[in-house]
Amino acid sequence: MIGWFRKLRDAGVLGMNHRNAEYIMPYNPRCNYPLVDDKIISKQRAEEAGIRVPRLYGVIEIEYQIRGLEKMLGDRKDFVIKPAHGSGGNGIMVITGAQHGRYRRSNGMLVTLEELGHHISNILSGMYSLGGQPDCAIIEQRVEFDPLFDQVSYRGVPDIRTVVFKGVPVMAMVRLPSRMSDGKANLHQGAVGAGLDMGTGRTTTAVHMDRYIDLHPDTGAPIAGLQIPNWDDLLELAARCHELADLGYLGVDIVLDRHEGPMVLELNARPGLSIQLANRASLLHRLRRVEALESIPRSSRERAELARKLFAASQPPEPQIVQCA
Amino acid sequence: MNKLHLRLLALGLLVLGLGTTWYKVSVIGLPLERDAQTEIWTVEARITLNADDGPTQVGFAIPNNPPGFNVLGEAFVSGRFGLARESDGINRTALWTSRRSSGNQSLYYRIQLADDRADEPITVGAAPEFPERPDYQEPYASAVEALLDEVRAESADIASFTRRLLLRYNSDEPGENVEVLRSGAEDDLEHTRNIIHILAGARIPARPVKVLELSDRLSRGSLKTYFEVHNGTEWVPFNPRSSQRGYPKNAVVWQWGDDDVLRLSGANNASVQFSSAVSAREAVRVAEQRAAQRGSLLMDFSLFNLPIQAQNTYRVLLLVPVGALVMVLMRNVVGISTFGTFMPILIALAFRETQLAWGIFLFTTVVAFGLAIRFYLENLKLLLVPRLGAVLVVVVLLMAAFSVLTHQLGLDQGLSIALFPMVILAMTIERMSLVWEEHGPGQAITQGLGSLAVAIVGYLVMFQPMVEHLVFTFPELLLVILALMLLLGRYTGYRLTELWRFRHLIMNKGAP
Repeated sequence: MIGWFRKLRDAGVLGMNHRNAEYIMPYNPRCNYPLVDDKIISKQRAEEAGIRVPRLYGVIEIEYQIRGLEKMLGDRKDFVIKPAHGSGGNGIMVITGAQHGRYRRSNGMLVTLEELGHHISNILSGMYSLGGQPDCAIIEQRVEFDPLFDQVSYRGVPDIRTVVFKGVPVMAMVRLPSRMSDGKANLHQGAVGAGLDMGTGRTTTAVHMDRYIDLHPDTGAPIAGLQIPNWDDLLELAARCHELADLGYLGVDIVLDRHEGPMVLELNARPGLSIQLANRASLLHRLRRVEALESIPRSSRERAELARKLFAASQPPEPQIVQCA
Repeated sequence: MNKLHLRLLALGLLVLGLGTTWYKVSVIGLPLERDAQTEIWTVEARITLNADDGPTQVGFAIPNNPPGFNVLGEAFVSGRFGLARESDGINRTALWTSRRSSGNQSLYYRIQLADDRADEPITVGAAPEFPERPDYQEPYASAVEALLDEVRAESADIASFTRRLLLRYNSDEPGENVEVLRSGAEDDLEHTRNIIHILAGARIPARPVKVLELSDRLSRGSLKTYFEVHNGTEWVPFNPRSSQRGYPKNAVVWQWGDDDVLRLSGANNASVQFSSAVSAREAVRVAEQRAAQRGSLLMDFSLFNLPIQAQNTYRVLLLVPVGALVMVLMRNVVGISTFGTFMPILIALAFRETQLAWGIFLFTTVVAFGLAIRFYLENLKLLLVPRLGAVLVVVVLLMAAFSVLTHQLGLDQGLSIALFPMVILAMTIERMSLVWEEHGPGQAITQGLGSLAVAIVGYLVMFQPMVEHLVFTFPELLLVILALMLLLGRYTGYRLTELWRFRHLIMNKGAP
C-alpha cells in the first residue's frame, strides 16, 4: 500500500488534499470566489475586459418573474437556462429549438413552458447552488459549437478546460459529452476527456470514466490528433482570465462558437484533477515548474507563449484529417 | 513557519490532553477500564460504657489518614453526647462529653476506607530524637548488652537490625539472654514495649502502633499492637510477633504512640469492639471522593457532578467529536464520498438506539420508500421547500406505519425507528434523488452506500463501550482529537480512493 502511495507521488499526481491545501487555499483568496461562483458577476467583468462570453438574455431573480418568462424569451427558441451559482454543470438546461408550442432540449426531449418555469423555480430555491442558498437563473445565448468535435461528441457542448496557474496555462483538455453524461461536459458524469498538447493544441490521449480510450465510446471516432483552431489565441484568452478574478489556481472553460470563435463559458476556482488522466501527465510537475519561475510576464500573450514553450509535448501528436461529410 | 505553528499547537493540545488524563489516572485514580471496581472497607467501632451520675467524658482515638488507605467518609453516632474532634498532628481523637448521663451507653464511630495504590513512606509526626540509653538493671543489663552485640554483628542498617533483633527475640529456641528479657512481658502491648525498651539500648527511636486488621464480616475485633522504628527518614513498621516488616495489606493504623485508645472520665466498664465489612463500589465514585479529600479542583469541574440527565446527554454528545474524527479520516484519508458532511454521524447516533442490523434495515427501507415518493412528487412540479416539507411528512408517516406494522407482528425493534433524525432522512432522500437525476443512479447508490458505510464505521467506533467510557471520564481526550484533526487538516497526501482513480498513471509512468 505504501508502495502505491510512493508510486503516485513519484508520478507527480496531484491529489485532492494536496490541491486544496497547497494550491487552492494559498493562491485563491476566499473573497474572490464570488467573482467566479456568481456567473452574472463574472460575465459582467469579462465583458468589461473585452473577453467574449455568451450574451446574456435575461436574469430571473424572484419567483414572480417566472410569469414573465414567455415575454422575456420572446421568439427565442435557442437559449440556455443555468443557475448563477451552479457547480459541476448541474441545473443547466439547453434549449435548441421549438416544436408544436414546446421547447426542444439538447437531449431531444420536449418540454413545455410550464416545465421551464418549474426548472427555473428549482434554480431559484437553491437546488443546484452550492450549499443550497437561494439563487438566480440566467438565460443566455446558446453557443453553436464548432463542428470540429461533431464526430467525437454526443449532443451537448464540448468545451476546453484549461488550468491556469499564476496566469500561466499549465494543462488543458477537451471535454466531450457522451450519451452517459447526458450532454454534460463533466468528466465524472461520464464525459470523455481528451488531453491537449500545449504546444500545438492537438488532442492527444483520452479518458472515459477513469479508463483510457482511443475512440469515442458513442460515435466510435478516433479522438487523438484533432487540431483546435487558433490555439495561440485560445491559450491567451485563458491566460487573460487570470486577471478577471485574481485567482492563482483557476480553471477556465472555453467553448468554440461556430460563428464567433472562442468564448469563455465559465471560470472555476476548484478545477478537478481528472485533467491529469486525460493528459496522462502530472499536474504537480508543471505547477512546480511555474512556481520555480523567477518572474512571470505581465502580458497574457507572453504567458501563453511561455506555456507553449514549457509544456509542449516532446513529440507533437500527428494531426488527424477530419473528413467533412 | 505556518506549519511549525500548527505542529506546536497540536503538540500543546496533545500534551495538555494526555497530561490531564495521566494525572487523573495516576493521582486521582480514575479507572481506564469501564466498570472498574474498588474495594471499600466499612469499619465500625462500638464503644459501650457505664456512665456514672454526673459529667462524663470519653476520648476515643480515631484514624488519621492511615497509610495505604483513602478515607472516603466517617460518621459518629453520639446519642446524648456532644462531639468534638481534636488532633495533635499525629493522632485524632473523638471527644464525647455529656453533662448528665447515667447507665449503659453506646457510642459508634464508622469510617469508610478505600485501598490506595500509592505506597508512600510513613512520615507522620516530627522526626524523633534518639532516645537516651535506659539504665537497665542486672541481670537485664548484661542480657540486653549481649543480645544487642549479637544483632549488631549481623545487621547493616536500622531496619535489618530491628528485624534480626525480632527474630532472635521471638525465636522458638531462645538463648538464656532472651529468656531473661522475655520474662514478665506476655501480652501484646507489654511484648512490644519490651522490644522498644531493648531498641532504646541501641538508641533506635521506636513507637508502638495500634492497628486494626480488617477482614470481611469481622465482628468483635480488637486492635493489635505493632511498632515502628525510625530509620532517619521514615518510620518502618514491624510486626512484633511474626517479626515481619511492614503492615499487612488490610491493616489500618488506628493510633500511633503509647496512649490508650479509649480514655474515660466519669464512666466505667468501657469496652470497644471493632467490626468491618468489605464492599465493591464503582472506581469512579471512589476517585471522586478521593479527589475531594485531596482538595483537587479537577473533579469539582468534572462531568460526574452534573445531574444524571445532563450526564446522559453528554455521554452521547462527547462521542460526536469521535465520530467527526472518523468522518475526517473517511473523507480526507480514505476518500469516501457521502451525502452531507456530518450526516453519517447523525445516522450512527440513531443506530445506537436501534442496534446496528435493524438500523441499517430501517434506514434503507425508509430511504428507498422515500425516494419512490420523491420521484412521484417530481411529476407534480413542486417548489423546493414545500417539496422537502412533503417528503418530511411522508417520512414521518412511513416511520409511524413501520412502527405500527412491526409492533403488530410482535417485533419491538420497529419502535426504535422513531429515534432516526427524520429531517436528516428527508434531506438524504432529497439529495439522493437530486444526485440520482443529475449524475445517474450509479452515483446516487454509490454515495448512499458510502454514507451508510461511514455511518456503520462511525457507529462501531463511537459506541465501543471503552471509547464511551474514556471520553466521558476523560473529556480532555477531546483535545487530543482536536490535535489530530488540526494535523489532518494539513494532510496533503493522497486519498486511498485516489490510488484507484489514478491507477493508470501509476501503471504507465508516462509523465513528461
